[in-house]
Amino acid sequence: MMLNKIQNSFLLSLCIVFLFNSCSSDEKQTVTTKTNLVMSEEFDTDGAPNSSLWSYNIGTGNNGWGNNELQYYTDRPENIKVENGMLKITARREQYMGEAFTSARILTKGKFETKYGRIEARIKLPLGKGLWPAFWMLGANSDTVIWPQCGEIDIMEYLGNSPTKVFGTVHGPGYSAGNAITKYYTLPNDRFDNDFHVFGIEWDENYINYYVDDVLYNQITPDDVTGEWVFNQPFYIILNMAVGGNFPGVPNSETDFPQEMLVDYVRVYQ
Amino acid sequence: MKNKVFNYMKNSLFFGLILLINISCERELSDEATDATYPKTAEIFIDAPVDMGSDFYFPYGGSKPTAWSIDNQVSYKGSASMRFDVPNANDPEGNYAGAIFRVEGAGRNLTGYDALTFWAKASQGVNVGEFGFGEDFFPNKYITSITNVSVGTAWAKYIIPIPDASKLLQERGMFRYAAGTQGTNGLGYTLWIDELKFEKLGTILPLNASIMDGSNVTRSTFVGVTSNVTGVIATFNMPNGSNQSVSISPAYLNFVSSNPSVATVNDAGVVNPIAAGTAVITATYGNQAAIGSLTINCTGVYTHAPTPTLSPSNVISIFSDAYTNVPVEYYNGYWQPWQTTVSNDFSVNGDNVLNYTNFNFVGIEFDGPTVNASSMTHFHLDAYIPGPIASGRQLRVLVVDFGADGAFGGGDDTRHSTTFTATTPTPIVSQNWISIEIPFSAMPNLASRTNIAQIILEGGDNSILYVDNVYFHN
Repeated sequence: MMLNKIQNSFLLSLCIVFLFNSCSSDEKQTVTTKTNLVMSEEFDTDGAPNSSLWSYNIGTGNNGWGNNELQYYTDRPENIKVENGMLKITARREQYMGEAFTSARILTKGKFETKYGRIEARIKLPLGKGLWPAFWMLGANSDTVIWPQCGEIDIMEYLGNSPTKVFGTVHGPGYSAGNAITKYYTLPNDRFDNDFHVFGIEWDENYINYYVDDVLYNQITPDDVTGEWVFNQPFYIILNMAVGGNFPGVPNSETDFPQEMLVDYVRVYQ
Repeated sequence: MKNKVFNYMKNSLFFGLILLINISCERELSDEATDATYPKTAEIFIDAPVDMGSDFYFPYGGSKPTAWSIDNQVSYKGSASMRFDVPNANDPEGNYAGAIFRVEGAGRNLTGYDALTFWAKASQGVNVGEFGFGEDFFPNKYITSITNVSVGTAWAKYIIPIPDASKLLQERGMFRYAAGTQGTNGLGYTLWIDELKFEKLGTILPLNASIMDGSNVTRSTFVGVTSNVTGVIATFNMPNGSNQSVSISPAYLNFVSSNPSVATVNDAGVVNPIAAGTAVITATYGNQAAIGSLTINCTGVYTHAPTPTLSPSNVISIFSDAYTNVPVEYYNGYWQPWQTTVSNDFSVNGDNVLNYTNFNFVGIEFDGPTVNASSMTHFHLDAYIPGPIASGRQLRVLVVDFGADGAFGGGDDTRHSTTFTATTPTPIVSQNWISIEIPFSAMPNLASRTNIAQIILEGGDNSILYVDNVYFHN
């Protein structure tokens, strides 16, 4: 009986705490502490993405960028452009350079690299099996140090046939690909293809916090990884939308092309 | 003692829930309260029917009326579920299970929800014909159904999207189902449904809607002969990423006629031609154009066939509004493989007309029983060809007697074919009723007329043929 009483008051207080939070819209869960804006890409100039910040990955990489992806990445405005204050990455079903799909992937390698910080983007995601958009980072030494030793931080990965879920993941030596350290977040009572959501990490020495909007949903520290912690060094940012590949599988008859990934901004705080 | 503890915990949980609703949603509640006239109760069945009144279960005609019960032994959650014993196909009390659950009283305001959800399982894996809501006997304005629903032997959650909740201000049709044994060799099974309620999921994305099953359909018709927009389907992307098609009432869509001076269309998708011409009926769902259309070609005011004047005592009627017809098995046998003729029969102010489109040949059969026309002297039929008459066009009228055995074949069937052309004494003409009279004396190949069982029309060129007033007389 005693036990039950404890349980009951616990339940009740849980409810009250929740009420408090949900009622006061100004008071959000403390998910971020870094507020000094050091890089802000607002995508305000129509045309190609700002070349002083972004480069393109073109083509199919090695073995579909290592994942058997099906798209050919281009720098054509059909696949990537800035318009109406948004970066628009468009995946298309079309025969191009021997591939059945086209899309785009841009990166800040050599142009903007950061060690630690709060890195976030506001993104509206697509719909459909086989679509695999991502907002992620690779170690700045990725040309000289072979993946996964260079480290990979996936701030947001999403599968187009799972419209309520995103993944936050780190890859490193001993914990890459299928053994990566990952957690997914399910959006309550909403979908990621309906509207924009903020995806971010707050990253500092020996920890990476993952958040979506105002919800902190994971923290990864050296204790969580099953190998060397390779995240105390500079990383660069990547935005892309893959089609097909090992993770999402191939598009099906219900996948409606073209599909868009819209990015409102990318901001980095220290 | 155990029970007491359990109940105590439940009460606390309940208390927490109340707080949650009253405090965290305070602003929303007061905003919505201004237009909240009817109860917003979400639950239909949890461990018992919820606020449904006492008289809410209405079985479909022909279904087994006792199929539904409350099962206190089986539940997904709580203490009870709804149990549906789908009868064997040969059950004399009804060969399937099906009903509506209609809330007693004024109905509920469902505008705050986006889906009807429930948990279900079955005693064996089955495809259940239909689950839905919005049917209230009548006017059934907002029926919404998922069809051919796979239900396994383990509890699973089912979601029926609400196509447009803003329309459901006062809905009485809380739930509908129809379950037969077509897929189980006529053998019955049991379905359980629990936690049946409306929910606001927020995770369903409307994709598109279609009318006429997504096709562009053309129909020829007359002033005053209404047509219905049918085949209305909305497709949603579900929380699990799959697409779900839902059959919905036309009233969820907004219809427009391209030419309202030719045909009007109302909220229920009923098209009413008012003058000769062409009008295209299209629909929008939300802000999106629905796929498919209905084109109405109105040829003007219908010319009725001449009204028969013979006394009923002188007539054996196969098809006429002027007489009582004998039992007819079919007016179109869809004889394969060569027949192209399709029936699109219509009715103008109570005058029923056989409308054979894409006509090459067609058979009418009435062998249960066959017709004994021994006291009759003539066969009569009125035909109307709305299109032009091509050179050499024939219309052949065959009368078939099944012989002494009263059945098709058996070596005793006889028939006579009479050919009409533009130059026969009764000529075939365009856009005028052709009154065909054939005396039995002119049908030498018909050896008997005591077991007449078929009328066959031949010679079509894949155009349209209307037929009325088919009878034997003296």
